[in-house]
Amino acid sequence: MSYRYEIRLSGSGGQGLILIGKILAEAAAIYDGLNATQSQSYGPEARGGASRSEVIISDEDINYPKAEDLDILLALTQEACDKYVKDLKPGGILLIDSQMVKKLPKENFKIISLPIIQYATERLGKFMVANIISLGIITTISNLVSGDAIKHAIKARVPKGTEGINIKAYHTGKEMAEKWLKEHPEN
Amino acid sequence: MDYLNYLRKDKMPHIWCDGCGHGIVLKSILRTVDKLGWDKNEIALISGIGCSSRTPGYVDFNTLHTTHGRALSFATGIKISKPKMHTIVVSGDGDATAIGGNHFIHAARRNMDINLIIFNNNIYGMTGGQCSPTTPTGKFASTSQFGNPDSPFDISRLAEAAGASFVARSTAYHFAKTDKYIEMAFRKKGFCVVEVLSPCPTAYGRRNKSTGKVGHEMLKDQKENSVPIERARKMKPEELKDKYITGVFIDRDVPDYFEHYNEVKKRAKLK
Amino acid sequence: MSQPNPKIKMMQGNVACAEGAIAAGCRFFAGYPITPSSEIAETMSLKLPALDGNFIQMEDEIGAMGAVIGSSLVGVKSLTATSGPGFSLKQENIGFAAIAEIPVVIINVQRGGPSTGLPTKPAQGDVMQSRWGTHGDHPAIVLCPSSVEECYFMTIRAFNLSEEYRTPVIVLSDEIIGHLTEKITIPHHSDIDIINRLKPQSDPENYLPYENTETYIPAMANFGEGYRYHVTGLVHDETGFPTNDSKKIEEQLTRLYNKIEKNHDKIIDVSEYFCDDMDTLIIAYGAVARSAKQSMLKARQEGHKVGLLKLNTIWPFPEKQIVKLCQNIKRIIVPEMNFGQLAHEIEWATRRAIPIIKYNKINGEPITPLDIYNILINRK
Repeated sequence: MSYRYEIRLSGSGGQGLILIGKILAEAAAIYDGLNATQSQSYGPEARGGASRSEVIISDEDINYPKAEDLDILLALTQEACDKYVKDLKPGGILLIDSQMVKKLPKENFKIISLPIIQYATERLGKFMVANIISLGIITTISNLVSGDAIKHAIKARVPKGTEGINIKAYHTGKEMAEKWLKEHPEN
Repeated sequence: MDYLNYLRKDKMPHIWCDGCGHGIVLKSILRTVDKLGWDKNEIALISGIGCSSRTPGYVDFNTLHTTHGRALSFATGIKISKPKMHTIVVSGDGDATAIGGNHFIHAARRNMDINLIIFNNNIYGMTGGQCSPTTPTGKFASTSQFGNPDSPFDISRLAEAAGASFVARSTAYHFAKTDKYIEMAFRKKGFCVVEVLSPCPTAYGRRNKSTGKVGHEMLKDQKENSVPIERARKMKPEELKDKYITGVFIDRDVPDYFEHYNEVKKRAKLK
Repeated sequence: MSQPNPKIKMMQGNVACAEGAIAAGCRFFAGYPITPSSEIAETMSLKLPALDGNFIQMEDEIGAMGAVIGSSLVGVKSLTATSGPGFSLKQENIGFAAIAEIPVVIINVQRGGPSTGLPTKPAQGDVMQSRWGTHGDHPAIVLCPSSVEECYFMTIRAFNLSEEYRTPVIVLSDEIIGHLTEKITIPHHSDIDIINRLKPQSDPENYLPYENTETYIPAMANFGEGYRYHVTGLVHDETGFPTNDSKKIEEQLTRLYNKIEKNHDKIIDVSEYFCDDMDTLIIAYGAVARSAKQSMLKARQEGHKVGLLKLNTIWPFPEKQIVKLCQNIKRIIVPEMNFGQLAHEIEWATRRAIPIIKYNKINGEPITPLDIYNILINRK
């Protein structure tokens, strides 16, 4: 049975959402032999402002390269959550930062609320790796790409010298997701 | 020397009017090419639009007659992709500093290795005598029938301020000086500008009798009212009113575009 | 995880245009920053210097167009890239390249217009501008990529066409394709066909740079090769010098027209999907062709007889290819991110014999498969 999996990564400019979109797409397409597209929409701001990056992963050709019916929405700001939650399909996954997104929508989907940014700053000492933590969570929950593929893709994309902390951030996200899955056995 | 070695004889007669200074400037260019012994196959002469810009049609080089004001951008592409080509642009005051003003200051800023000869006749001659960026304030043109309200550009000072490595001004009357400045420009790397004041009796002289009505009167005006830059530097602004400051404005040894870009290539190859 | 194939890359459409240009032999780029095309310039600035090529950021769009013409005239394949506002500015010198018959490639990554419009949003508003943007009757070849792979291969083809026909060629991309990252398999350079301009066989004394040959395409000498000829934007005769002789004017302008007109079959490129048994034909190009294909496949699964004609070249207009498909169909659907610029041509080509449903979106959002599907199944 063929599948098409749609992921939107949203928040504000400068959070590195386009980068993790590219990493996720490369993990799927280059290392796991699937098809993937990555696209983004953006405003005039280089920092701040709304930012979104989309990844489609499929085992077939991908025609329309934008998301229509989201399987996963990552929202790192309240604004992004409010704006994009309507595109999440019933039963889809809403992953939010527990500090940034307090007002939760009430619909038929799973909400995973985790202290992503807090862990980035407190446990890893680097606000900037919140994106890679998110990536660890998403790939663990969705099981879309292999762990090896995502680690290779991270190392190939992040700035030289930051591979260590980014792999650590990936593992942090993976552990957060595994803990969440254990606490929510129905998933 | 035989000018006919460099001219396309079958394209004569040229379109320039009796008394026009452009032919005098063209002969200075040809004398200099001959003196330097440049191979005609390795010379590109490029122009925009206007009376001066008809020059390429008359000379036996690789010749390119481009769009209005854009000659320097075409020349930039030629020079970058074939650096051994001697790249000469001829332009008028309107072509170089009105519609082509942006290309002019940026070619100077980059110090692109191009020789620009500006035939400045203070008017749009070909289109019937409209005022140009070098028409002095108060002078008459078909679009300034009550006197030009605008202030003129000083082309040479503009080129100097924008970064050209060599800038000089001469007049059609002072052809020997023109030869000298063009030779200095041709021998020098970087963006080199020679501005030559060229009388336009048809479109300018007839309307502005103070500089003479016909060609020889306008040449006489150039002779009598030119002030060498060394002397002009010691004169007061009011003494310089209606005078033509001539001479070498700047002659500096600074890296041209290619010196910088060759470094870029070296750094790129190390990566 | 599988072992990655080094030839397979995830690449952005704009980057693929730049890589395609380099593969085609382009060694000069002149441009001016403009969203959403800047990645093309950035990639060229990164790649060309190490290849002994040259990149220059010009002072404006007009200058960039002039510089690529100059560079091509000395024999170096040259590229510029822009978006709507810059494309408007380039028109003057695109006209020069057309009449002076200088091979150059211009990539226009379309964004919303008119004027400054929507810098970060997609549109297809420059369809007519890419045909008639510069003044006067002039030839036009316009290619429309709808994938990253097509960005790469169509840019190569654009260079080949420009060299073969001595004419400016436009790659009309859009913000969706330009900024889309997807898989591409990069071919070995020996697998890429490269066409170079025809060089003169005659000696310089007898060279006619604008000779009216049987193919309508005269041989081109590069500046510096000893031919010392004249190039002008004025209408000229076969020698290259300006003429006011009405017979010669007609001869040259007709040749300019014919060199494209008589070669339609070689230039035009379309892709047909499920066109054998259809009653509904979708005609689409660029990013919209992908949405059209997805909606067609869904409708097909549900038993609707839908076909798709994807236009890989939009100019010259594929009139013959469209008319051929119109024998047994009930309707044509033309989705476009403009108010129906190409639909108008299709109406003309089909003489309005078949109902044409236009679907037009001009709000900066892409046309989705659902948008087209709703029309296919007659749902409002």
